[in-house]
Amino acid sequence: MEREKGNRGGVGVLERVREETQHLRVRLREELEELKQDLREPQRTQLWKSIFRVPHERTTPRNRAIAVLANVFLHLHPARINRDAVRYSYTWGMGGISFYLFIVLTFTGVLLMFYYHPTKVQAFRDILYLEHDVPFGRLLRNMHRWAAHLMVITVWLHMFRVVLTGSYKRPREFNWCVGVILLVLTLLLSFTGYLLPDDQLGFWAVTVGTNMARATPLIGHEGPFGPQLGMTPYNDVRFALLGGSIVDSNALLRAYIWHCIALPLLAAIFMGVHFWRVRKDGGISGPAPVMLESEMRPVRKV
Amino acid sequence: MDWYQLWQIISAPDNVPIVGLLVIVPFYTWYGLRQARANDRLIQELEANPELAKTHHRKTFPYKPGWPTEVHVWPYLLRIEFLAAIIVTALLMVWSLTLDAPLEEPANPNLTPNPSKAPWYFVGLQEMLVYFDPWFAGVVLPTLIIIGLMAFPYVDENPLGNGYYTWRQRTVAIGAFLIGFYLWIALIIVGTLMRGPGWMLFWPGQTWDHTRLVYEVNRNLPDIFGITSDWGKGIFGFFAVLLFYLVSGFGIHKLVTRSPLNRKIYERTSLIQYLVFQFFAITILVGLPAKILLRLLFRIKYVWITPWFNI
Repeated sequence: MEREKGNRGGVGVLERVREETQHLRVRLREELEELKQDLREPQRTQLWKSIFRVPHERTTPRNRAIAVLANVFLHLHPARINRDAVRYSYTWGMGGISFYLFIVLTFTGVLLMFYYHPTKVQAFRDILYLEHDVPFGRLLRNMHRWAAHLMVITVWLHMFRVVLTGSYKRPREFNWCVGVILLVLTLLLSFTGYLLPDDQLGFWAVTVGTNMARATPLIGHEGPFGPQLGMTPYNDVRFALLGGSIVDSNALLRAYIWHCIALPLLAAIFMGVHFWRVRKDGGISGPAPVMLESEMRPVRKV
Repeated sequence: MDWYQLWQIISAPDNVPIVGLLVIVPFYTWYGLRQARANDRLIQELEANPELAKTHHRKTFPYKPGWPTEVHVWPYLLRIEFLAAIIVTALLMVWSLTLDAPLEEPANPNLTPNPSKAPWYFVGLQEMLVYFDPWFAGVVLPTLIIIGLMAFPYVDENPLGNGYYTWRQRTVAIGAFLIGFYLWIALIIVGTLMRGPGWMLFWPGQTWDHTRLVYEVNRNLPDIFGITSDWGKGIFGFFAVLLFYLVSGFGIHKLVTRSPLNRKIYERTSLIQYLVFQFFAITILVGLPAKILLRLLFRIKYVWITPWFNI
């Protein structure tokens, strides 16, 4: 055995090397060809298929449905909707715009958090730094502020449209309540953000706002029946909100945590429920065919 | 006419949304009610013609038999959403490039600005402080508004108008909401444009005079009737409020049972639903304006005085 191998060796090694290189060259060429092909049609690759599970190259009705249903960001939508439901005149687009503004606010808000310390020493200076030194810092802050104001308006208009079209009616009553909670959360988010620059405007607005908490019935020290129940400036609901008896460093920290963590989380949860319920309650309410007075069914007696 | 000061108020960056509201809210009211009118005309036509009602597609939008009733979300809805996102982003960009967010001096607890105002969307509540004590204007009233809004779908027993704009089929519900919504916005506008130093009333364009004094003595309703004892005031106030609730409740009842359709809806409503509706309608939609008028026209501060709370 050993001799045989050795014998073939002398001539064989060179030949085998040549053979192998030849083989490798062919393979390399083939694989390069394949790679070129892949680059031309990336949909064929394993990498692509692992990310996008369902192929939808051609615009067949089936593929259009799959495009929506198999995408995590789009699957909040149904695959098909009523042909009139896409009309702007019906929805005014205010719910969707409110959600989009929430996303804009989250994005700009996270960027702002990189430059902000919620302390009495730093907060105001951070805003000055943001406005004068951070690249696009002023634009960032402006966008956050105006998007917040705009969101308050779009949420109001969304509610207004829902009332005008009677969309809160059966079976959407509960989702209307979730919407009211989202409205309150929107206002609270905006309000807690007001204090954060730690300037005169925010400080006094929040002072005015939280002073009302003093007067809360039963749990405020100036409210009806508050003093009788042992409420003082140091143990009432205002104290809990501010983390103290005046708007100071603790209030700043509390506003910051409510604004950046607690309220956005709550809002996100309620938004999830809100959108889910829109689908579960049969999609958006209309435009539905009009119903006539003569078609009112008699009252069901339970 | 102090145009300069007026300009300063309406061009304050944080007041821009209010100026926007002045345009946007009437526009969308018109936009919605215009469609309501079109639907109402269609409803009238169909009510008069039962044969047509059987075959009509019952919308004001164009329709031909055989048209597909549904469209694909991709692309027919997604392209609109995409377009809306682009427009909103562009609008925000322009707004942010042209107008800077306000930043005043560092917070100073020893320097109170006069007037010091809440953020614009809460100015309505601050304005209510003129007419009610803080426990009511700042705490109870907002709570009642939130609960009242949540109760809205549960007291509205009208099966008509679910999913389309209409006015005639839903006069009570839409009327009530419109009154509340416009009241809220009116209070914001009064609080922003017409309240100067010391929260005194200045007409838009009237120069804010920091030294102005108002020789206005507010009276309480029991004083006018010469009631002086604590017990007397408490009992008198209770009955005054009770009378107010009864009278406005009666008035609202007459209003919401005037048309035959509204009477039909009223018959479907249970007693509890109706009482809840009445409570919120009287307290928020009638009570607030009533107290505002009492205060502004007759300088009456409190109606009901007790050792614990005053209304």
